[in-house]
Amino acid sequence: MAVVTLKKVVKYYDDTLAVRGIDLEIADKEFLVLVGPSGCGKTTTLRMIAGLEEISDGEILIGDDVVNDVPPKDRNIAMVFQNYALYPHMSVYDNMSFGLKLKKVDKKEIHRRVQEAAHILDIVPLLDRKPRQLSGGQRQRVAMGRAIVRDPAVFLFDEPLSNLDAKLRVQMRTEIKKVHQKVRTTTVYVTHDQVEAMTLADRVVVMNHGVIEQVGTPQELYHHPQTKFVAGFIGSPAMNMIPVALHESADGLHLDLGAGVNLLVPPDRAAHYRQFAGKTTLLLGLRPEHLTDAAAAGQPSGQTFYAPIEVSEPMGMETLVYFQLQGMTVCGKASPDVSLSPGQSIQLNAKLQDMHLIDDESGLVL
Amino acid sequence: MVQAHTLPAVPRLFHYGSVSRDRRRALFWSYFFLVVFAIFFLTPPIYMLLTSLKTSAEISAGVSPWIVQSPTLSNFYGLLTDPKFIRFFWNSSIVSILVVTITMIVSVLAAFSLARMKFWGSASLATGVFLTYLVPDTLLFIPLFKMFAWVNETLGIQLINQWWVLVILYPTLTVPFCTWIMIGYFASIPKELDEAALIDGATWFQTLFQIFIPVAVPGIIAATIFAFTVSWAQFLYPLAFTTSADQLVLPVGIITTLIKGDVFNWGQIMAGALLGAAPPLVIYAFLMDYYIAGLTAGATKG
Repeated sequence: MAVVTLKKVVKYYDDTLAVRGIDLEIADKEFLVLVGPSGCGKTTTLRMIAGLEEISDGEILIGDDVVNDVPPKDRNIAMVFQNYALYPHMSVYDNMSFGLKLKKVDKKEIHRRVQEAAHILDIVPLLDRKPRQLSGGQRQRVAMGRAIVRDPAVFLFDEPLSNLDAKLRVQMRTEIKKVHQKVRTTTVYVTHDQVEAMTLADRVVVMNHGVIEQVGTPQELYHHPQTKFVAGFIGSPAMNMIPVALHESADGLHLDLGAGVNLLVPPDRAAHYRQFAGKTTLLLGLRPEHLTDAAAAGQPSGQTFYAPIEVSEPMGMETLVYFQLQGMTVCGKASPDVSLSPGQSIQLNAKLQDMHLIDDESGLVL
Repeated sequence: MVQAHTLPAVPRLFHYGSVSRDRRRALFWSYFFLVVFAIFFLTPPIYMLLTSLKTSAEISAGVSPWIVQSPTLSNFYGLLTDPKFIRFFWNSSIVSILVVTITMIVSVLAAFSLARMKFWGSASLATGVFLTYLVPDTLLFIPLFKMFAWVNETLGIQLINQWWVLVILYPTLTVPFCTWIMIGYFASIPKELDEAALIDGATWFQTLFQIFIPVAVPGIIAATIFAFTVSWAQFLYPLAFTTSADQLVLPVGIITTLIKGDVFNWGQIMAGALLGAAPPLVIYAFLMDYYIAGLTAGATKG
C-alpha cells in the first residue's frame, strides 16, 4: 500500500522528448488510468515508475522513498505486460511463484499465496498447465496472478487487454475491477482505450504529446473537459465540434451554426460566454447524446433545428444519425424505434445546457 | 445445430479443380527433384558402404563396383580391433566433447550479453564476432603456426603435435558461428520476458539460467550440433598441427595410417569413414527437429 508521486518527471530518448515534466500524485489504493493516443508518453511514464526506463529528470517516489535509482525488484511493484510475458517453459504455478522463490520466501508461504491468488482469479485448475495450453484470457489471469502473489505496493498494468478479442476484453475489464476491489492495491493502468479508462478508473489521466492534458474522475472528464483534446478524446462517439459564431442580439446570446441554424444560448451559460462574442475561432462542442431526435424526445428541452440525414447507423439500443453542418459531419442520436432513411429531414434537439464552447486557437474549453 | 449434424455428407468433387491440378504438378516436380538429389547425395555413402564390405582382392578385381560378391565384415573387424584406430576415435571424442563444452559456455554467455545487455560497443562487437567467422580457416593456420612458434620460443611450451591444442584451436572456428546463432535466438525472445524477470527480482545470471537457456533449448541444440560437427569433421588443423599416431584424430588418422605410400587400403578407409560418420548421423537423427527449429528461429528474426 503506497502513494506514488511523480515530480517534474522528464524522459528523453536520445534527442526526442517523450515525457515533458509530469507532476502526478497517485493516492493509496487508488486505481489510476493513464490514457492517450499512441506516442503520448503513457507507457514510458509507467515504465519509469516500474524502473524499466531511466528517468531523465525529476523524481519518482513510492511511499516516502525516491526510487529514481532503485532497481525494479526493490521498488515493491508488480507489472502486467501487454503480451503477458509468462515464462513459457514454466507451469502456471511456477510462473506465479518465480518471484517469491527468488526472494527465498518459505515454501509453505509461497504455496499459500499462490493458492490464494489462484482462488481470487479462478485459475486453481490451471496451476499445472504450461502457458501455451492456456487461452488468451487465462494467460491474462495468470499474468495478474503473478502480480498479486508478490503482494506489491503498486500494480502496474501496461495495456493488458489489448491482445484480447472485444468480448473477452469487456469480461476481463470487469475482472480487473473486481480484483482491485478485493486486493485494494494502488494501481496504475495504461491504455489507449478511453472506454477502458472510464470504466476502470477512480481517476483518469489524459496524456497527449508527453504532457498531462487533464486529471480527473471519469465524470469530471466527461462533463467538464478542460481542453479540446480531452473533449474530443473522452466519449464515444466523439464530441461534435462545429465552428460557430457567437453574437448578441435583443433576446440574448446566439450561436450561429451557418445554413440558417441559429440557436439561443441558455441564460445561465450566456452570462459566462458573453465575453467571447465576436471571437472567430470558436467551436461548439456538443456530444451526440445531447443532439437528439426532437420527435422522440417529446417535449424538446433545448433548441431545435432541421437537418437532412446523411447516414443512419442503428446500434440496437439507439440509432446514430449523421448529417452535414458547416461542411462537417455531425453525429446525433435518434430513437431506435423510428425508421430513418437517408435524405430524410429530421428535427434535432440541441441540449445546450450541456454544451461546451471551445477556443480552437488556444485549445482550451472556455 | 442438431440438424446440421444429421445432414448427409456431400461428396467432394475437387479432383478436377485447378487447385488440385496445380498441386499435382507441384508435387510431381517436388518428387522429381527430391529423387534426383537423393540419388546424387546418397551415391557416395552407398558406394562407401558397398566398398567397405568387400575384400581388397574383390575391390581390385575390376568387376562392377555396385555388386558385392562375398560380403565380409573383416574391414570393420580389423579397424575395431586395431588399438590405433580406437585411439583416433578416443582422441576425436575427447576433443569434440571438450570443444562443444567450451564453445557452448563461451557463446551462450557472449550471445546473452551481446543480445541483451546494451553496453557501449555491443552492436559492433556482435558484428565483429560474425566477421571473424568469415575468415577461412585455410588462411588462419599459417599465422597460428607463427604464434605457436612464438609461444615455444618465449614460454618454452611446445604446442605442435599435442591433441589438446586442437581443443584450443577449434573454438576459434565454432565460437563465432555459435554465438551468432545464439544472438539470433536470444533476440527472438520477447523483451518483456527479461523485464518480467527483472521485476521478479532475478539477477542477470538467474535470468540467463532460469529463463533464457530453458527457452532457447532448440537454439542451443542447433549450436551444439554445429560445434560438434565442425570439431568432429575438422581435417585441416589436425593435419597441420598433429603428426604422431597417438595424437591424431579420426579423419586424419584414417588417411595417414591406412594409406601407406601408394597402397590404398580402400576397404578399411571406407569402413573407417563410415564409422567416423556414425556419431554425427546418430546425433542429427535424434535432434533433427530441434535443429531445424533452432535454425529457423534465428533466421526469421531480422
